[in-house]
Amino acid sequence: MSARAKLTIWRGTKAKAGRWESHEVPFEQGQSVLDGLRWIRINRDPTLAIRFSCINANACKECMIELDGKTVYACTERLLPREMKIAPLSNKQLVRDLVTEIAPPGERFGGR
Amino acid sequence: MRAETDVLVIGSGAAGMYAAIEAVRAGARVLLADRSLIGRGGATVMAQMTVAVALGAETPDHWTHHYNDTLAAGRGLCNRDLARLLCEQGPDCIRAMDDWGVGWARKDGRITQAMAPGHDRPRCVYVDFLNTGPAVSKTLRTVVNKIPAIRRAGDLCVVDLLRNGGDVVGAAALHLGSGAPVIIDAKATIIATGGLTRLYRRNSASANMGGDGYALALRADAALTDMEFVQFFPIGHLAPRLIGMDPIMWDPFRYKLGGRLLNNRGEEFTQNYGVIEDGKYVITRDAGSYAILKEVEAGRGSPHGGVYLSFQHVPEAELRAAFGPVIDRLANNGIDLTKMPVEVAPIAHYHMGGIAVNDAMQTGLPGLFAAGEAVGGANGANRLSGNAITEALVFGRRAGQSAAEYASRNATPSGHADNAAAALDLIAADAGPRDLNTAAMLQALQAIMQDDVGPLRTEARLTRALAQIDSMTKELGRLPPGSPGQGGFDMRRLEWFDLRNMLLVARAVTQAALARTETRGAQQREDYPRTAPEWAVNQFVTQRDDKIELSRSAACAEAAVAS
Repeated sequence: MSARAKLTIWRGTKAKAGRWESHEVPFEQGQSVLDGLRWIRINRDPTLAIRFSCINANACKECMIELDGKTVYACTERLLPREMKIAPLSNKQLVRDLVTEIAPPGERFGGR
Repeated sequence: MRAETDVLVIGSGAAGMYAAIEAVRAGARVLLADRSLIGRGGATVMAQMTVAVALGAETPDHWTHHYNDTLAAGRGLCNRDLARLLCEQGPDCIRAMDDWGVGWARKDGRITQAMAPGHDRPRCVYVDFLNTGPAVSKTLRTVVNKIPAIRRAGDLCVVDLLRNGGDVVGAAALHLGSGAPVIIDAKATIIATGGLTRLYRRNSASANMGGDGYALALRADAALTDMEFVQFFPIGHLAPRLIGMDPIMWDPFRYKLGGRLLNNRGEEFTQNYGVIEDGKYVITRDAGSYAILKEVEAGRGSPHGGVYLSFQHVPEAELRAAFGPVIDRLANNGIDLTKMPVEVAPIAHYHMGGIAVNDAMQTGLPGLFAAGEAVGGANGANRLSGNAITEALVFGRRAGQSAAEYASRNATPSGHADNAAAALDLIAADAGPRDLNTAAMLQALQAIMQDDVGPLRTEARLTRALAQIDSMTKELGRLPPGSPGQGGFDMRRLEWFDLRNMLLVARAVTQAALARTETRGAQQREDYPRTAPEWAVNQFVTQRDDKIELSRSAACAEAAVAS
């Protein structure tokens, strides 16, 4: 049976000039927040920016976000049938939407 | 933006990082580029199982035994030079990793080697628990970080190789962090981008494994080989939903504990497909995938469309000893192995095919090298379990040496490329607002490949797939959607470049699979169920005027790697 979560997501490219956007997401017990964000990209809005490589294994460590104000990995946090507030990491430089500059300084091209 | 280096390494899995280390050791300066974070994406970090190597730590062994097993698994199609290199130099690289502190599992001071399907003796080293790939990645990352001559550049997505006449002289890239185009002038370039598992809906690797390197090579006029051979890992996790763990995680536990594959009647079934398991793990990957899919087709599958894997007969203490803390992670996902089986099904895992190289990892194009899974040929029609990390290390090391050597005697001044302007124009193209759902297109392509170019193939399915790939290619168009200068992580632009590569590679796989009218290893043609002696040849893929061209035979093999 399919439950629904309401994902309220921070969108924007400037930390001080963003907006909140909500999407209803159907899910099955056990699915991750990243599953929900990927569902939105495919079914509602492909412009939503989030970074991840490994999808499910918690190996790449790229999908760090803030969920209800707490830093989590989107791939290991479960979807729940309630409103979930999702924002980019507040202690990192914003790139776009949920993507922040998380690479160590020595691994960035062009000294960004 | 612009950068200049002796050796450009594209991709920072085990192959790319080892290549970078070795190129510096041979005197070169290196730019190590990755489209994601350095040393965290790709397949290496996901490898939770074992590494095959004739160390002889468990029982006496010699590389020739490993070589014979590799050739047998490859069903007659292995490139013998590459297979020999892999097996002969494997022990050296595994010992180097040991010296660097990777932490291979040990018992009484000696390295433990496990028995795996297809091997004639215990040969596979690993890092407990489920930690082989992460440990290999971390070890190499640590070594790389200490070498000042390696410049690391993450979030750099290479879009095209640069050519000067017939030579490869660097690459043009999209910097994901800013959206800016980048030209990299390099005396030598190594493609270490891994395989193509992202083409499939169910896969065991990272989202950055979409066959980029194959597409780069094809567009630069290098040859690919064995593209039809995609390895499906038979027992990928299917249900219940499991998060925080890779779907290939059951393999090491089958090594340790055996486990039983059951259909929905609770019966073991592999014996009906010619393989008697009897509680042990002996079935090879091609045979396992076939048996499971046929069982599902006959209506004896599990609710989610796979079969059951059960450890219920194993005492709890033994489970705990073998799984360690993983038992608790499974419990968090609601899985108690003493009480229930899990559902498993074949999952795209590895690509035997890839870029054609000689045993110096050199392609047919001066200045272009390849390493790791991106290389085709060593594993023929079916890869022996445990060979992937070994080839990443061995081929990476070899490619690093060759590329550095080439760069040292290459007097061509960098800075000129015939196609630099065209590549920059594409990266900075302004097509304006276009209503293109790239995320949905990616999902659609994965469905086409899974359903029609998966483990069980027919002419009808492959032809249908080609028609769909054609129409998606038209839909994609010649320019990325949106405008440049809109900042970093413009997802639709990034996915457009991904789809440009993935559709080209999907076509190469499908056309090669359609041409091979036989069943061999990972290519299971239901309309041609027999292995045909006349098909004991390798196919080569090149691109001419936007069309894929196929050729075959040993003569082509020589032509493809001549330098």
